[in-house]
Amino acid sequence: MLRERVRKAITSQPQPVVTVLSSLLAVEDEMGYIPPEAVEEVAEHTQSTVNDVWAVASFYTNFRFTSPMERVVEVCWGPTCHLMGAQEVMRCAQELLGMQGEGDTSDGKVTLKYNTCLGACSQAPVVMADHKLVGRCTPERLAALLRAERTGYHAPGAHS
Amino acid sequence: MTTTGSAPASAYESLRERAQAHWAALESRPLVRVGMDATGRAAGGLDVVASFRTEVASHGLQATVSEVGCLGLCFAEPLVDIKLPGGPRVFYGNVTPAIARELVESCLVKGVHRPDLALGTLGEGPAHGIPRLEDQPYWKLQVRVATRLCGTVQPADLNQYVANGGYAGLAKALAGMTPKAVQDEMTKSGMRGRGGAAFPTGTKWSFLAGARGAVKYVLVNCEEGDPGAFNDKGILEGDPLTLLEGTTICGFATGAVQGYVFIRHGNDGPIEKTRAAIVEARKAGLLGKNIMGSSFSFDIDVALTGESYVSGEETALMEAIEGKRSMPRARPPFPANVGLWGKPSNINNVKTLAYAPEIMRNGGEWFATIGFERSKGTAILCLTGAVKRPGMYEVPFGLKLRDVVDGIAGGSPEGSKVKLLQTGGPLGGVLDARSLDLTLDFETMARAGAIMGSGGIIVGDDRVCAVDLTRNLVAFCQFESCGKCFPCRLGMTNLLETVERICQMQGQAQDLDLMRSIGTTMQAGSLCGHGQLGFNPISSAIRFFEADFRSHIVDRRCPTGSCTAVFLKPTRTRPVATSEWYAKREYAKT
Ligand SMILES: Cc1cc2nc3c(=O)[nH]c(=O)nc-3n(C[C@H](O)[C@H](O)[C@H](O)COP(=O)(O)O)c2cc1C
Ligand code: FES
Repeated sequence: MLRERVRKAITSQPQPVVTVLSSLLAVEDEMGYIPPEAVEEVAEHTQSTVNDVWAVASFYTNFRFTSPMERVVEVCWGPTCHLMGAQEVMRCAQELLGMQGEGDTSDGKVTLKYNTCLGACSQAPVVMADHKLVGRCTPERLAALLRAERTGYHAPGAHS
Repeated sequence: MTTTGSAPASAYESLRERAQAHWAALESRPLVRVGMDATGRAAGGLDVVASFRTEVASHGLQATVSEVGCLGLCFAEPLVDIKLPGGPRVFYGNVTPAIARELVESCLVKGVHRPDLALGTLGEGPAHGIPRLEDQPYWKLQVRVATRLCGTVQPADLNQYVANGGYAGLAKALAGMTPKAVQDEMTKSGMRGRGGAAFPTGTKWSFLAGARGAVKYVLVNCEEGDPGAFNDKGILEGDPLTLLEGTTICGFATGAVQGYVFIRHGNDGPIEKTRAAIVEARKAGLLGKNIMGSSFSFDIDVALTGESYVSGEETALMEAIEGKRSMPRARPPFPANVGLWGKPSNINNVKTLAYAPEIMRNGGEWFATIGFERSKGTAILCLTGAVKRPGMYEVPFGLKLRDVVDGIAGGSPEGSKVKLLQTGGPLGGVLDARSLDLTLDFETMARAGAIMGSGGIIVGDDRVCAVDLTRNLVAFCQFESCGKCFPCRLGMTNLLETVERICQMQGQAQDLDLMRSIGTTMQAGSLCGHGQLGFNPISSAIRFFEADFRSHIVDRRCPTGSCTAVFLKPTRTRPVATSEWYAKREYAKT
C-alpha cells in the first residue's frame, strides 16, 4: 500500500535528526516522487501542518509530484557546459523526445530535465542518463544514448 | 576542557602501527587504482574498472583493483595508475576497456610497463623511460595539501589514510594542546575561508569558542551549488577522512559537541563516501565518546538538502538542516551566537576544514610559508572550459593566472585564443584575457571585480560571446533566487529579461544604465550574497566587454554569432502543483 511504503520510508531514516525536508527526501528516494498522501504523512510524523510540508516540497527543485517516468535524461546547462555546446545538446534532446522544454514525454516514458551543474564540468558537456554520467556529450552521442537506452521505443518527435 | 597527554599519543601509535602494516601489505602486491569520482565516471571509468576486475579475475592474478577519487588530471580520465611492488606509480591516461585488457596483459601478467601508453610516473623506482609527472607543468606547479591523498588512498579506508599521515594532527592536538592553542595555530597559519568570503578561520573558531552554551555545532558546507566547481565534492569522494579529521579538530578547538556535513541530495558518491568514513572513524574511536582516550567527545553526521543554490549560504544552510525552506536569516544575531536550532554554530567550507589536519601536523608557520601576502596556503582550482587540460589543481597563492591557465591547463585549444575567464561561480565575475597577468590571491581577484569564490575558473576562447555567457550566468541567478528578498527575486527577473533582449538584438540604448540601477537596488536591499552579488557577472562583463554589449545593442550583431534567439533553460522555477495534480488529489481522496 502506498501509505505504508511512505510511512516506512519516513520512519526508517538512517540519520538521528528527522525533519520535514529529510522526510520528504526519504520519500523521494523510495517512491521517486512525492504523492499527496506523503505530504499528509510527513506532516503527521513531523508534527507540522500540511501547509508547512507543501511549502518545503514546492521550494526545492528536485521534488516532483507525479510518478516518475521509466527514463530520466538530465542535460547540464551550467556555464562550462554552455561554453562547450550544451545548447546544442539540449536542442537535440528536445527534438528527439518531441518536447518544447523540460518535462515528461506525452507517452509517459521519459523525463527531460535541465540541471544547473552535474559536477563533472571538466568533461563538459555533461549529460546524466538514468543516473549514469556521460561526459563530452555531443548531439550525436546523445542520440545514440537515447536510442540505446530506449530500445524498441519511438519518441513522439523522432523520425525513423 | 583539557585532556590528559598520554592516552591520545598511545592510541595514535597503535593506530599507526596497524595502518603501516596494512599499507606495506597493500604495496607488496600489484596495485591498480582507477579514478572513479564524478569526472572519472563521466569519462567512462565504470567500464574501465569492470574490465580490470574481469581480467584480473580471469588470469587469477594476485593484484588489488582499487577505486579511488580524483587525482585532478581530469583531461586524462579515465586515469589509471598501476604500481608494481618496488616500482613507481605509473599513470595511464584516457584508458578504455580495451586498453585496460592490454595493460593487465603487459603490466600485471608479464610485469612490464607500457611507455607507449603511459602518461608519467610518480614516486621512486625504475621509470622505464616514462617521463616523471613531477617534471610536467601541470604537476610541477602544484602544492597539494588538502587534496594530497585524493586519487591515492581508497576513500574512507582508515588504514590507508592513517598510513599516509592521517590523524597525526588530531592526535597532536588532543595529546598536548589546549583548544585555545589550536585556535592560535589556525590563526598563525593565516588560513582564510575557502567558501567565498575569505574570512580568517582562526578568528571564526574563536567566536564559537567564546560563545555561551553547552551545545555548539560545527557545520561543514558541501552544498557546492556553484556550477563549474567540483572540488568540495572531489575531496569528499577522494578523501573524506581528511574532512572528518579537520572537522573534529575544529570541534575540539571550539568546544562543539556535534558536526554536520551538509551535502546536496543526489550527490550519491560524496554522501556514501562520507557516511562510510564516519562509520570507520566511529569504529576506531575517532568519533564519539572520549576520542583517542581523551576527555573530548564529538560526533559527525551527514545532513542532506534538496536542490537550492541558496542552501549554501550560511544561514539558509541552517534553515535547511532544520528542515525548512533554505532562505537566509537576517544577521545579527550571528551564527556563532544563535545558529542551528538557536545554538552557537560555526560554518566552514569543506576545503577550509580539509586543511586543518596538515596545519596541525606541520604547524601554522609551515602553512604560512606557502602562498602570498594575505592569502596563505594554496587554492584548489577547478579549471574547465576551453583549455587543453581541464582539471582540479591545487596551487600556491601568488602564481599568475597565466601560470594556471596556460602553464597548468595548457591554454586554449589549437587555433583559438583565450578570450575570457569566469571566476568564483555565478556570483563572481567575467574577466578578459588581460587579466591573465593578475596574481592569484583573494585581494587582487576582488579588486579586479571577480572573486576567488570556491575556486572555479571557466575559460572561454575567442569563439565565445561574453554577452551570451552573461545570459547563462544571469539565468542561473534568476532560477536560484530563493525569493525571500524582493529586490533579488524581481531584480534578477528584470535583469534576465534585459540581457535576453540584448542577446536577441532587441536591446535599447538605456539598457546598460537600467541594469546598473537594478543592480544597485539588489545590492542594497538583499539579505544575503545572492542578491548582493547577483549583479556581479553583469557589471564585470560590461566593464571588460562593453564593446560586445554595444555591438549587440547598437549594431544588432553578435560578434561571434553565438547569441541564438532561443536560449534554452529550465522551465521549472520553484515548482508548483499542476491542475492535473489537484484533479488526482481529489481522486485519491475518494
Ligand atoms: C548564495 C550563496 C551560496 C553559497 N554557497 C556556498 C557553498 O555552496 N559552499 C560554501 O562553502 N559556501 C557557500 N557560500 C558562502 C557561505 O555563506 C559561507 O561564507 C561559507 O560557507 C563559510 O565558510 P568558510 O569560512 O570556510 O569560507 C554561499 C554564499 C551565498 C551568499
Ligand atoms: S557546468 Fe556542466 S557539469 Fe558543471
